[in-house]
Amino acid sequence: MALLRVEKISKKFGGLQAVSDVSFALREGSIKAVIGPNGAGKTTLFNLISGVLPATSGEITFKGHALNGLRPYQVARLGIARTFQNIKMFAGMTALENVMVGRHVQSRSGFLASMFRLPGFLSEEREIRRKSMELLELLGIAEYADTEAMNLAFGQQRAVELARALALEPALLLLDEPAAGLNIYETAEIGRLITKIREMGITVLLVEHDMSLVMDISDEIVVLSFGQKIAEDIPQKIQRDPEVIRIYLGEEAAVPA
Amino acid sequence: MRNTLVLLPLLALVIIVQLLASWTDSVFYLTQLTMSAYYSFLIIGLCVVMGYAGQISLGHAGFFAIGGYLSAALTTRNLVPFQDNVLVKLLDSVGLLLASKDVYGESLLVVTPWAACCAAILTAALIAFVIGIPVLKLKGHYLAMATLGFGIIIFRLVLASAYFGEADGISDVPGFTLLPGLTVSGNFQGRVQNYYIAWGVLLIGMVLLRHLIDSRVGRALRAIHSSPEAADSMGVDTARFKLYTFVLSAIFAALAGILLTHYNGGIGPSEASVMKSVRYVAIVAVGGMANLWGAMIMGIVLNFLSLRGMFGSYDDAVFGLILILIMLFAPNGILGLHLGQLRQRFALIGRKRPAEEA
Amino acid sequence: MTLELFIQYLVAGITYGSIYAIVAIGFNIIYNTTGIINFAQGEFVMLGGMLSITLLQFMPITVAIALAVGLTMCIGAVIEIVFIRWLKNPSVLRMIIITIGISILIREAALHVWGDNVRALPYFIGNEITSIPVLGARVSPQVLWVIGTCSLMVLFLSLFFKMTSIGREMRACAANRTAAILCGIDTRNMVTLSFILSAGIGALAGAVMSPITYTQYDIGTGLAIKGFTVAILGGLGNSPGAVAAGLLLGVIEAFSVSMVPLAFQDAIAIAILLVILFVRPHGLFGSSAAAGLKEF
Repeated sequence: MALLRVEKISKKFGGLQAVSDVSFALREGSIKAVIGPNGAGKTTLFNLISGVLPATSGEITFKGHALNGLRPYQVARLGIARTFQNIKMFAGMTALENVMVGRHVQSRSGFLASMFRLPGFLSEEREIRRKSMELLELLGIAEYADTEAMNLAFGQQRAVELARALALEPALLLLDEPAAGLNIYETAEIGRLITKIREMGITVLLVEHDMSLVMDISDEIVVLSFGQKIAEDIPQKIQRDPEVIRIYLGEEAAVPA
Repeated sequence: MRNTLVLLPLLALVIIVQLLASWTDSVFYLTQLTMSAYYSFLIIGLCVVMGYAGQISLGHAGFFAIGGYLSAALTTRNLVPFQDNVLVKLLDSVGLLLASKDVYGESLLVVTPWAACCAAILTAALIAFVIGIPVLKLKGHYLAMATLGFGIIIFRLVLASAYFGEADGISDVPGFTLLPGLTVSGNFQGRVQNYYIAWGVLLIGMVLLRHLIDSRVGRALRAIHSSPEAADSMGVDTARFKLYTFVLSAIFAALAGILLTHYNGGIGPSEASVMKSVRYVAIVAVGGMANLWGAMIMGIVLNFLSLRGMFGSYDDAVFGLILILIMLFAPNGILGLHLGQLRQRFALIGRKRPAEEA
Repeated sequence: MTLELFIQYLVAGITYGSIYAIVAIGFNIIYNTTGIINFAQGEFVMLGGMLSITLLQFMPITVAIALAVGLTMCIGAVIEIVFIRWLKNPSVLRMIIITIGISILIREAALHVWGDNVRALPYFIGNEITSIPVLGARVSPQVLWVIGTCSLMVLFLSLFFKMTSIGREMRACAANRTAAILCGIDTRNMVTLSFILSAGIGALAGAVMSPITYTQYDIGTGLAIKGFTVAILGGLGNSPGAVAAGLLLGVIEAFSVSMVPLAFQDAIAIAILLVILFVRPHGLFGSSAAAGLKEF
């Protein structure tokens, strides 16, 4: 069954058609990658799904709920978590606290409960801390729990951001270029992590430039070019698709092949 | 737990100051310390709005005035002429009114301080809620001007309405008995008691806000301040959290206004003036924005100096100057300024000179 | 309402409205080049009035006003050079607080120099009771001075921004700062210039209006709030919009005198401001898309 269904979604910025009539479905428990040259509309697509931008037309449904018109926080509450292309850490907070923010939707203590430490507050707080710690351990950065997040190395910040997204216990995880800025070893590590995340029962949709990573881990690939979907298939077929090769390598390269 | 322990030395200091003042026969200092404590109560509330939720408010004197003026008016304005009004009868029948005789033997019917206090706080919270809704949309300049405008409206209203005493304000406000034997009033005998009440209120407020910051809500607020986009994607309803924080701080301001008005036995329009709002903002800025302790300490120190008349007729100018200097050289507050940083800043200024010569 | 009374109110509304428009344009000029709202804008108006009143003791009125405007422009330049110029990427919150601090310092300085009494320049022509008939109503010639001066300033500014190369550079700086820098425009000087310009027009308006509206050390805040209301109404950064909105607010205020007690008059402008912020933060004449592109 399709967990996420994108139907004829379009986004116009003034005269620029950033995404036009893109449709695809995401099977529960799968990993799907969206690839395409710069400016193909990949990040715009992510922003449409996560509610940052309203779509010009088309429909997105998640678990049967229409996402159109929802604000990002409402989308998050339905079970869609995301990471950002340029990592957005919460400055002034430790790695652990960053992940604890991710537990927001899974907990409910409000202003009064927090101020007066009403019954249930402390146990919930302990639970938030325990779950967040578990995630830091899962991602192998437990030792940095009390380090201020902004002081961590780039790769570690990515891990914190991933832990933070996982803390939502999402059904769907949107990863915006998870390997950007990482070296070859870290990229391989991220690849292993993503597969692990899928084994936890979380469906993954990612935008990525690193082709070896994409080919390695994805079940299916969607190719965008100038806002339009030009191909959707399993990695082996995408690699041989002449149209895809053409836009990636240019006109001439496709001919001798 | 940790938070509560930090307060113990402070509590000890509060007691030592009182004992010293009593022994050295300088109890009059306690009056200003009491007033400073109430002002600081407002300031720590504003600190959460500015430092943690990242919203500026130039209208907090307005909330202070709503609290103070409503409480003062309700507990002093005679309801005898309206005795036959259905509402007055209803209030009387549920025991919210207090009948007595004034000094001339005229019968007096006023609202009890507790009821007045609740009414004032509810009003302030409600107004903050309505005013705060633009907070859902507004940022930066718009919010600053909206809150400034709100503050001016309150100032004009109290200045123009006879009910609030126009330029004279309201005087002869009765004491506010919180618990039997515990009365907020300007009574000379109650000076020490009131000192402890004020500091008790301030420290309780401090504990509550520290709890708030160190919780799910506090983390969400800090997340909003640092990266609204990421906080949003974590499922934090940023607009609602900002709004609630604003309302909370308005309640703190109103309560400060209520208690200080009962302590002083009156309130005047200067409490609602824009300069007061700016002063509160200045103190939060000096304290380091996102620093409750800094805000509280600076609130006590600067208000105490100001109340002792240390700044003379330059009172407002001093706060204006403080604002500018802090924002120019130490946007993280003077407590956040380390020596090294200071040296760096001066180096920065020094470096400009040769560049200008060139 | 008789026709005479109607015209009387209308003229009063246009008079105040053109002053609000000038303050709003002052906001716009600085906002366009820097993206900040200068909370000390109202103080320029106060300085213009106060300085010319003081200078009048030593020289004829035209020279006094010219000198007062010049001095206020210098003050505007000094403010920018001392407080704004050297800050690198200051946050909006920080800039708001700094300009508020500046406005307080100017106001307090004015209080210590001039005291808290109400002052005014003498009428340029005739005195308080001189009037000329306009459609049956009696209008003070000073009113015409105010309206005329404000109109000339608006005309001068639009010519300046359209025709001169400095004006065009300032507009380029407003449209796209980075691109302006790449074209070799020294945007920092443009910012200083924008402070000088808004100080100048504020001061001139302050001097011309003082015979009828009077001047006091603390008129700045009220004027700033109203000027800001007008700037928002007209769409922040949109000066033709500011003129329309200024006249609108002035006329609304003038006619409200017959219905609302005088003490609540300021509250009207602020209520309008709050309503606008609720409903149309991009102003009556601005588009929401354009407002969305600006940083706040």
